[in-house]
Parts: sequence; C-alpha cells; structure tokens
Amino acid sequence: MSALAFEQVGVRYGDVAALDDVTLAVPNGAVMAVLGPSGCGKSTLLRAAAGLEPLASGRVTLDGRDLAGVPTHRRGFALMFQDGQLFGHMNVGRNVGYAMRARHAGRAETARRVAELLEVVGLAGYEHRAPATLSGGERQRVALARALAVSPRVLLLDEPLSALDADLRARLAADLRRILREAAVTSLLVTHDHEEAFAVADRLAVMRDGRVVQEGAIADVWAHPADAETARFLGYARVLGGDAAAAVLRAAGTAGGPSAVALRRSALRVDAGGPLAGTVRTAQAAPDQVRLTVDVDGLGTMDAVAARGAAPAVGDRVRLSVDASRTARVGAGEPG
Amino acid sequence: MDGRDLALSARRAQGRRLATLAALAALPLAVLCVFFVLPVAGMLRRGVVVDGHVDLGAVWDVLARPRTRRVVWFTAWSAAAGTAASLVLGIAAAHALYRLRTPGRAALRAALTVPFVLPTVVVGIAFREVMGPAGPLAFLGLDGTPVAILLALVFFNASVVMRGVGSAWQSMDPRPAEAAAALGATPWRVLRTVTLPALGPAIASSATIVFLFCATAFGVVLTLGGLRYSTVETEIYLLTNNLLDLPAAAALSIVQLMMVTTLLAVAGRSRRRVDVARVPPRPRGVRRGDAPAVAATLVLAALVALPLVTLVRGALRVDGGYGLDNFRALQTAGPGDALAVTATDALATSLRTAVDATWMALLIGIPIAVAVTRTSRSAAERRLRGALDGAFMLPLGVSAVTLGFGFLVTLDRPPLDLRDSPLLVPVAQALVALPLVVRVLTPVLGGIDEHQRQAAASLGAGPLRVLATVDLPVVWRPLLVAAGFAMAVSLGEFGATSFLARDDRPTLPVVVYQLISRPGAVNHGMALAASVVLAAACAVVILAVERLRVPGMDAL
Repeated sequence: MSALAFEQVGVRYGDVAALDDVTLAVPNGAVMAVLGPSGCGKSTLLRAAAGLEPLASGRVTLDGRDLAGVPTHRRGFALMFQDGQLFGHMNVGRNVGYAMRARHAGRAETARRVAELLEVVGLAGYEHRAPATLSGGERQRVALARALAVSPRVLLLDEPLSALDADLRARLAADLRRILREAAVTSLLVTHDHEEAFAVADRLAVMRDGRVVQEGAIADVWAHPADAETARFLGYARVLGGDAAAAVLRAAGTAGGPSAVALRRSALRVDAGGPLAGTVRTAQAAPDQVRLTVDVDGLGTMDAVAARGAAPAVGDRVRLSVDASRTARVGAGEPG
Repeated sequence: MDGRDLALSARRAQGRRLATLAALAALPLAVLCVFFVLPVAGMLRRGVVVDGHVDLGAVWDVLARPRTRRVVWFTAWSAAAGTAASLVLGIAAAHALYRLRTPGRAALRAALTVPFVLPTVVVGIAFREVMGPAGPLAFLGLDGTPVAILLALVFFNASVVMRGVGSAWQSMDPRPAEAAAALGATPWRVLRTVTLPALGPAIASSATIVFLFCATAFGVVLTLGGLRYSTVETEIYLLTNNLLDLPAAAALSIVQLMMVTTLLAVAGRSRRRVDVARVPPRPRGVRRGDAPAVAATLVLAALVALPLVTLVRGALRVDGGYGLDNFRALQTAGPGDALAVTATDALATSLRTAVDATWMALLIGIPIAVAVTRTSRSAAERRLRGALDGAFMLPLGVSAVTLGFGFLVTLDRPPLDLRDSPLLVPVAQALVALPLVVRVLTPVLGGIDEHQRQAAASLGAGPLRVLATVDLPVVWRPLLVAAGFAMAVSLGEFGATSFLARDDRPTLPVVVYQLISRPGAVNHGMALAASVVLAAACAVVILAVERLRVPGMDAL
C-alpha cells in the first residue's frame, strides 16, 4: 500500500501553476525520485508534502489520511536540503539530537541515539564538532543522521547530493541508498540529476511544467521513456523516429513496430562487421574511449564511440554496430 | 625580481595604501579633532583640573553624591526597560511587516520609520499632550511618571529594532526553520532554537544601538521628566546650564563617555552578517499563529499614531473649536513679542542650518565611509580602519550637551573664535548627524565586491574612474538617504543647538522649547503648531528618502 500519496494536487504562485493536477503515490518503504529540470515544480511537490506550501486544490494523504490542517511539525516527516541546512550555532551532536529534544526524549536516550546515527552515516565520534568545520560531504551525512533521528514517517530529500563534487556524489549516493534501505523509510527525493536518481531510488517520477509526465519502477522508466523530451532528460543523447528508428532497430537486430528510439551517446560503436556505415565528422578523446560524431548513411549525424587506440580519423569511412542495451523505445511521444 | 625587490615593492604598495588612507582621513580627522575632541576635552578638563593640577577627588565626590547615583541608576534601568520593550515590539513588527504578507505593510513600515527622526522636543510635547490632564490617556495617570518616558523611548526606538531585525529576517534563508519544523519542532520551538539564534547578531546590534539611544535621550526626558526624573544626559544639562556646576557635569560626562565607548565596542563586535538566502523568500500569508505578532504591531502603530494625532488635534484647537489660529500666530513673536524672532523666521533659520549641516556631514562622512570599507591587507591595517570607524561613531554617544557647551568654552578665542560664526550651529549638528551618515554608507560601500574595482582597474580605469563607474552608481541613492537623515537630524537637533544658537537666530526646536516653557494658552497653542510644522518637515524628508529603498537604511 502507498504511504504518501498526492491526489490531483495543485499549487499556485499568484497566476502561475507550480503544480498542476499532480497524482502520485509513494509505496510504503520505497524510495521515489522525482526528476525534472529546474522550475518544473519538483521542489514545490516536496514542500507541499511537508506542509510548507498551501494547496490550491487536491489533497496529500499519509496512509490514506488527509494531511490538510496538519502543520509541518506534526506530520512526522523529515526534510533534508541540498546544502544540509545544519543549524550553525549547534554542534553536530545537538543538530542530530534536535528532533529528539523537540519530542522531549531523555538525555541518555538522545545521546545513545545520536551516537548510533553518527555511526550509521560513518561519522562516529563527531558529536562535538561545529558544522562549519565539516566538509560538504560530512555536512550532508550529518543532515541525513539528523533527518533519521526520530524514524520519520516519510523522508523528504531536496537535491541531497547536488552540491557535492562528482566523486563524492557517487560514493555518498551508494551510502544513501544503503542507509535508506536499512532504515526502510519511505522516501521522496527530488533532483535534476538522473544519475543521482538512478543511484538512490527504486521508483522514478518525471516532472515537467508542474505535471508528472511519467512514473514507474526505475528500470521501466529507463527502458521506456514516455516521450522524446523525457528520454533526453533521462540522459539519452538522440531520439529518432520513422525510417531512421526502423533502421536502427533493424541494425540492433530487434524487431518491433514503428516507434521512436532513444539512443545513448555510446549506443553506436565502431565495429568492422557492423551493419551501419558512415563518415567520421569529429573525434574527441575521452579517458576510456574516443567520442565521435558520424554522418551515418540514411540516418544523419549521430554520436558514436570507438575504442582508444583503434580510433578512426576525421573523414574516414567506418562501419558501426548498435548496442541494443543502450537504446530505449520511446512511448507515444513525437520523435524530435 | 629577487626576494628583496619583491619585499620592497610590497612595502611600497603597502605605503601607497596607507597614504591613500591618510589622505582620505585627513580632513575628517582634523574636523573631528577641532570640533569634537577639543571641545569635549575642554569640557572634561574643566571638571578634572582644579587650580592647574588634576584632581580626581572632585570627580569622585560627584560620583558619590546620592543624587548622582540615583541619576545613573535611573539612566541604566530606564534604558534597559526601554530597550527591552523596543525589542519585544520591534521584533514582533519585524515578523509581521517583513516576513508576512500583511495588508498595507509597506505603508506601515514607512510610517513606523518616521518617529526615529522626529525632534525629541516635539515628541516630548506630544506625549505630554497625550498623558496630560486634557489628553486621551489622562485617566491612566501616567503624566510625570517614568512610564511616560519609557513609552516615549519605545516610540522612538521600536522602529530601529524593526528595521534592523526586519531586513535581516527578510533575507534570511528560511530552510533551516523549515527543516526544524519538519523534524517536529513547534513554531514556538523553531523561533526559539533556530530563528532567533540566527537573528542573534542583528538583534544584538539593534539592542546595543537602541540602548545607546535610550541612555542618551535628551529632549524627551527633559520635557517629560522635568527635574524629578533625570538621566545622565539631562543631568549634565541641568548641572551645566542651571547650576553652573562644571566639575559635576564633567564627571558625569566621563561616566557617559566610558559607558558609550564600551557599548560601541560591543556593537562593533556584534555587527556580523546574517546568512543570506540566494533567493529571498517570498513573504507568506498570515496564519492564526501570527496573532501575537500582529497584535503587538498594532499596539506599536497605536503608540506611534496616538501622540502625533493628539499633537495635531491640539495644534488645531482654539477656544473650544478648531481653526488655524495657532498656525497663523507662528508669523508673530508670540504674546507680548516674548520671542526674539517669529516662529516662521526660526523655521527659515532651521532650514538654512539644516542645509549647511547636511553638506558638512556628507563632506566628512563620505571619505570616512570610503576609508573604512576598503579591504585591508594586514591585521594592523584592518585595526587602523576599525579604529577610524569607531572614532567617528563617538559623537553618537557623547552628550550633545557636552559637545555644545564644549564649543562655548573652547572655541571662544583666536585662532578659533567661532562664537559669532553662523557656521557654529551647523558644524555641531553635522557632528551629531555624522554617525548616521557613516552607518548608512558603509554597508553599501562595503557590499561592493572588491573584485569589481580590480576588474575595472585591470581594464585601465584609474582610481577616480573606478569611483565614478563602480562605486557611484551603487552609492548615489544611499547618499541621498544619508543626506535626508542628516537633514532630519539637524532640523530636530536640540541638545547642542540649545547652547549654541544665538538669541537672535534660534532654530525652531529652540523656539518650541521656549514657548512650552512659558505659561498661557496662546504660547501652548503656538508650541503645538510649531511642533506640527517641525514634525512635518522631518517626516517629509524621511518619507522621501524611504521611497529610495536603500538596504543600508535598515542597518542603522
């Protein structure tokens, strides 16, 4: 059953509809990522769940109970922001224990729980550090520990990893996934970064212009983007339709009706025995492969990759094969 | 270049920076020395030096007097109580008018700013009208009690808190508070554990400045407290003017100076920045939980409106009816030509003096603001700029009475015989207004990223061109605001002016005080009418600059 549900929720800022008829359900214990470009309304969705934005229409429910009239502090949620938002005038221990104290938990119990949580996020013994002395990643870990302190009914995460550099983001994403699984807490995570979404969540909702355009298990959404724009937002480099799509599908050796196909940058690979042919237009070396753009006969300009060392030069004729696992069928949408 | 050349050129650059600093500070420092340090020191010397040698025994005797102890105690507790009440109402109003979408909040914010620049004498008279036997609050029996003084102090200062805390609150990142609420903290707990600590620096800085204003209030205490309730400031006046007990006045001035210096040091330390949101949060709608803040704001609005309305009504009242007779009488010199000049002449003098005081305050204030906001390269340089900043805050806390009387006793012989100079009054007023001018300009100048100046310089702009193309476009509106404040302060200045204005060239506040000190309905009516005119002039100036919406204005 779903723990947190939005039913035809609308939120307006003056004349602008920030959320427009959003219906979405987060199953109990699931981690759902809401993915969308900035300004699509995903943060508003989070704030509406927390009770920080008044609804213009619809309702938000928790275990079937309408949350209208329940103020933020009685919802039993926890909110974690992009930059942690630790309370700068309290040390790490007091930050983590904040919710415990708000609920008048005993000193000893609070201290024990704080130590336990800091252990979970890998910061054992950090109780007396000031937030200002922590690195960005450490601050986010403390923020996570603080959010988990009172076993929230729902955890709301607003771009929790976006402020970190790439390397740290990957490591913390894996930790976040593990910690959320172990705590078995229903979570709603909003992000504009599809990698962050894939690394942490098991369900995905894609938002655009205040509406949810697609929702489902993360692998399903990944494999079947609803439309071309969604596919591009999920990190697909190109979306082909009509004859071009058919040609790619044939080359990939998969049958299928007339549908649009989305390709990742690495879907076409230089392969002497490949079914497609084209002329190399540009070549750029990357650490593990060479990225090409190729004028493919009958398809137009496409991205492709070649192994380092065996890379062709600009102007060379090459043959290409299609890696079916790096393509996706695009739903009913228009090819672009 | 080898190491020695590098060190040499670094030292030369440092030398150039200090030379610029010295050039900027030279004129203001000279003015400060001649027109502030010299008079104040002259005043203090009269108290401390007896028969050519220093005698601290006399000072000690004064401090041991029971009346002195009473005065100091009254000053301390009335300032503390006034500050506390201003904080409560000011913080509530900051919440209601800066964080909430209350109807009419822009107009209310502007209206609540007006009291700050109203002449103290005018406010004293207005409160007497409210509390007095015929006033709307006569039944409370507060006339002549310390409560009336406290209310007047809150009248002046609650808006200082409101603006200082409100501007910080307005731009404060709301997410920590939201995170706390999501963690289960009640609104009250969020306020106590997250919001107020984050506003701490803004609150502390407002509180110190308000305490300073309360502890050195002169006009209201003199008009409302009379001889019974005296603060250090009015006591200095009474000792100097009525009792000619200069050693005692000097002793009290020393006490005041030490207290003010301490407070300024505290204020300087608490003047830290609040974490500012990248996108300022939208004000939110009013909820049921906001009722206390909204109610407190209404109380404050009533506290501000009541004396002013009563004052205007009193000025319009003639023989049981209403009319403009009191205003017409301003063209005369009062019953029996008791005044040396007509009230309209005094107004003209006030305006002329205010213009002079304004350009003087800007002439001194601008170089100081520029000098103290340039980035320092070394700890010593930073300390130097900090000391400069502090030195020009001093007039804020030194009794205007001390300053005024100091002028009389030190600037009375060649080469500085200025007793008959028409510039004496504006110079004194400019010094009183100077701290406000510097306070308005420094946040804006300090907010300009040094990189912008460096970018301009790297593109070939000389120092003057940098000033014209980088600083001036940002700073012209704060300049107008500073000018407005200087003008309003000068229009209402009473403490120093009461000593320095020549009998045949009084300013309007002096005339108001003369009128209110005389018996008779006509004098009383004229005093009220003149107060209305004076208040209106100040209000017009400040509402005009309020429209410019300058950030530094709130940081006062």
